[in-house]
Amino acid sequence: MTLWFVFALMTVAAIFAVLWPLGRGARPDNQGSEVAVYKDQLAEIDRDLAAGLIARPEAEAARVEISRRLLAAAGSESALVPTSSLKWRRAAAVLALVGLPLVAAAIYVPLGSPALRDFPLAQRERGAGPGMAQSLENLVVQVQQHLEKNPTDGRGWNVLAPVLERVGRFDEAVRAYRNSITYNGESAERRSDLGEAITAAASGVVTAEAKTEFERAHALNADDPKANYFLGLAAEQDGRKDDAANIWRALLAKAPADAPWRPLVQTSLARVGGGGVTMPALSDETIAASKEMNDGDRNAMIRSMVERLATRLKQNGDDVEGWLRLVRAYLVMGDRDKALGASTDARQAVAKDSERLRQLNEGLKTLGLDG
Amino acid sequence: MIAEAGHYALVLALALALIQSFVPMIGARLRDPALMNVARSTALAQLLFVGASFIALVTLHVNSDFSVANVYENSHSMKPLIYKITGVWGNHEGSMLLWVSILALFGGLVAAFGNNLPLSLRAHVLAVQAWIASAFYLFILITSNPFLRIVNPPIEGRDLNPVLQDIGLAVHPPMLYLGYVGFSISFSFAIAALIEGRIDAAWARWVRPWTLVAWIFLTLGIAMGSYWAYYELGWGGWWFWDPVENASLMPWLAGTALLHSALVMEKRNALKVWTILLSILTFSLSLLGTFLVRSGVITSVHAFANDPTRGVFILLILCLFIGGSLSLFAGRATSLKQGGLFAPISREGALVLNNLLLTVACAVVLFGTLYPLAMEVLADFKMSVGAPFYNLSFAPLFVLLLLAVPFGPMLAWKRGDLLGVTQRLLAAGVAALVVIALVWAWTRGGSALAPLAIGLGVFVIAGAATDLAERTGLFRLPFATSLHRARGLPRSAWGTVFAHAGLGVALIGIVCETTWNSEYIATMKPNDVAQVAGYELKLDGLLERQGPNYREMIAQFNVSRDGEALSVMTPSKRSFTTRGSSTTEAALLTRGASQLYISLGDVTGEGAIAVRIYHKPLVLLIWWGPVLMAFGGVLSLSDRRLRVGAPKPARAKQRLQPAE
Repeated sequence: MTLWFVFALMTVAAIFAVLWPLGRGARPDNQGSEVAVYKDQLAEIDRDLAAGLIARPEAEAARVEISRRLLAAAGSESALVPTSSLKWRRAAAVLALVGLPLVAAAIYVPLGSPALRDFPLAQRERGAGPGMAQSLENLVVQVQQHLEKNPTDGRGWNVLAPVLERVGRFDEAVRAYRNSITYNGESAERRSDLGEAITAAASGVVTAEAKTEFERAHALNADDPKANYFLGLAAEQDGRKDDAANIWRALLAKAPADAPWRPLVQTSLARVGGGGVTMPALSDETIAASKEMNDGDRNAMIRSMVERLATRLKQNGDDVEGWLRLVRAYLVMGDRDKALGASTDARQAVAKDSERLRQLNEGLKTLGLDG
Repeated sequence: MIAEAGHYALVLALALALIQSFVPMIGARLRDPALMNVARSTALAQLLFVGASFIALVTLHVNSDFSVANVYENSHSMKPLIYKITGVWGNHEGSMLLWVSILALFGGLVAAFGNNLPLSLRAHVLAVQAWIASAFYLFILITSNPFLRIVNPPIEGRDLNPVLQDIGLAVHPPMLYLGYVGFSISFSFAIAALIEGRIDAAWARWVRPWTLVAWIFLTLGIAMGSYWAYYELGWGGWWFWDPVENASLMPWLAGTALLHSALVMEKRNALKVWTILLSILTFSLSLLGTFLVRSGVITSVHAFANDPTRGVFILLILCLFIGGSLSLFAGRATSLKQGGLFAPISREGALVLNNLLLTVACAVVLFGTLYPLAMEVLADFKMSVGAPFYNLSFAPLFVLLLLAVPFGPMLAWKRGDLLGVTQRLLAAGVAALVVIALVWAWTRGGSALAPLAIGLGVFVIAGAATDLAERTGLFRLPFATSLHRARGLPRSAWGTVFAHAGLGVALIGIVCETTWNSEYIATMKPNDVAQVAGYELKLDGLLERQGPNYREMIAQFNVSRDGEALSVMTPSKRSFTTRGSSTTEAALLTRGASQLYISLGDVTGEGAIAVRIYHKPLVLLIWWGPVLMAFGGVLSLSDRRLRVGAPKPARAKQRLQPAE
């Protein structure tokens, strides 16, 4: 209610600003005129002359010139007699009284949210704000604020990292996992979680960086299931299907019968065991998502992933495995020209390093492109 | 309630501006003082409401009210208070609100202190001002409303762009806007004069203080922006010929030309049509600058958001005002009566030359700014016009201009004596030659042009001093008399001297910085020592620190010269979590007018860090020059003949005369 009262007061003030001069009769109030300026200029010449800044003949000439302007101005000014037009003044008053509130309302009502009150932060921290559901996002923000002040709180990073990963903020999750390792010490589990987050950030591609993490996890605990699964996936993405199958078979052999990830590994194994050329790597989530897609969407998704890989390689061309993966992806998509183009680019990128070039040529040969 | 009240205040300001747009015009036509005075009260009320609206937005930012979308997108609860306030105009919506606030401020000033204007001229000026204001209020409310709300407010904001979290944001945009928008007043005066069909020497005197105010702020704003870029971006550059920089330089060039041509008009009643055209062009260039910066046509730190509707809207405003005013000009200019004749060699002639050079320079910058854009749009061909283009085109024009600067103030009005002036400037010329020879002998390296350019700078400064000596009769008359005459000299004459000397000072700074600047780029490990321009900089170590809303890594350098410890410099890199971005904070050590400059790059694996160290001789002169120019402007403004609203001695007499 107070808001509408304030609005009303403001509107009245605005209307008053228009009405006030209209009510003040026709008396000509103080106003400047050209005549004043010219008289001023004449006075200035006198001052300059007295100060010795200009010579007498120059002063005389200037005086004549200004006097001429002064006379002309005085002549034209006396012709202007103020009039008063009651009709127009009334019209202006009506405009202010009716038009102004109408225009203001017509603009404000569709744009404003008069029902919404202010939510200054201080008030909300006291918990007074209704409808302030503690959403997941707000909780994340609160934990982040806490960690901003106490960055060495390892437990906090531990809590935050999986949540970030779940809501899809993979880059931040990677940072959180790294911090967790820094402050909690390393373990196979944390290393493989970090690797998973890096993989997710790279849209399911087990990058060299991620692979290092899984290898470290594997070194810490050779039975860590996550590390083993992703090492298998890495092998699959590199085209070493037999290695992948071996890793996964070993993983399944050791796995407890009720392990929740069993089906996942089994399907993966079936995928490499099924033979044929595989698609570029996809993470479980993306595969799950792609199952619900129609063909067009799925192709679009694959295409976008391939493009991402291509841009990454453009920036950093040292990754031989990456190049091979790209060429293979183009071949799968039936784009032989692009595959050839990519292999040329790859040769240029690694041309300086004979060892890498050899690897690349061998890889290309196995793909059926002449080396 | 604050948010909605602020929003409604802005809407009321628009309603008032609409009334102010035409009621005073009708009043002027009917010669009804009451209707004409509506302009005055509505302009003041508009200022009140826009001011309230702006204060409301500031309050919302300070209170971190994230139910307002603008606050959520550009603020953070842990940001220091100063950046909460400056963050108000560190984003598109808020900066546009600042823009209209300043527009309303100028309108209010004309209304409050425009007592020396004829009633009808004031009514027309304020009406034109209201047209501009209405257009921009509509723009803000429809496309860039800072008061839009979020129904379920998030708990934390997205923070301000870290580059903008700097004290520079508190000063640079308000100054620049005071300059940009200030030129709207001379535009309004020009349009009012065209509508009234009457223009004379008095008009120039009325418009001069407003132009001067705008020019002072624009000068300071550009200098401030340049210094900010210098220390914040970490490259040690102070001018990049970036389109956004050009956008502020063009109104400055046109505005400087306007200041000078208005002088001719005031003193000699000549160049009237040209002055009107310049007033229109100056503000048009300000609008063009706003369009280029705000529409997202150019991506830079200034383009806060790229929204096509905004670009189209500003383009419409641009076409409406520039097209409208130029067609009005074309229709009316011929009917303006011409005045005062003058010989080519005269003060007027010198000012015409000044105008010619400044407008050509402005056209060059305009071409350099728009040509790449046009090529990109029309031919889909990306190109950039950079320093080489301007060095070949802009620089020679300015050299000519600077050569002519000392002559201008010393030539007499109407017809001058070039030979006499040259003789009087002989001392300045000799001083310049001596300096050229000295610099040449002293420095063997660097461009051969550098000593010549420094000599030119000295010539400009010595020329300004000569002008002063001539006017006061120094060395010719007894010292006491000279002192007396110096005191009696109009302040505007002092202003001219300082402003012209400022040009020379800035030129010397520019030449020294670009020619003898030395740099050292390397990766340094703790305890490494860098040798730059005779200074030894030892990297003591790297340390981490937690700031209010960022973490920073500080490198500590011990600076010494010839074994004597001078100071500790601490450049740093700040990383801001919320935006996930980082800024480099350069460390500056000022020695006289020279500076040592350190900025940090990335840390390598082995605890080493990439470091850029520059020694910039006399670099500060680049900004002292504009400050000196602005000081000259302030002196000129404080001249009692121009003082806005101050009662003039002649006025009291005039009011007694019943005929007026």
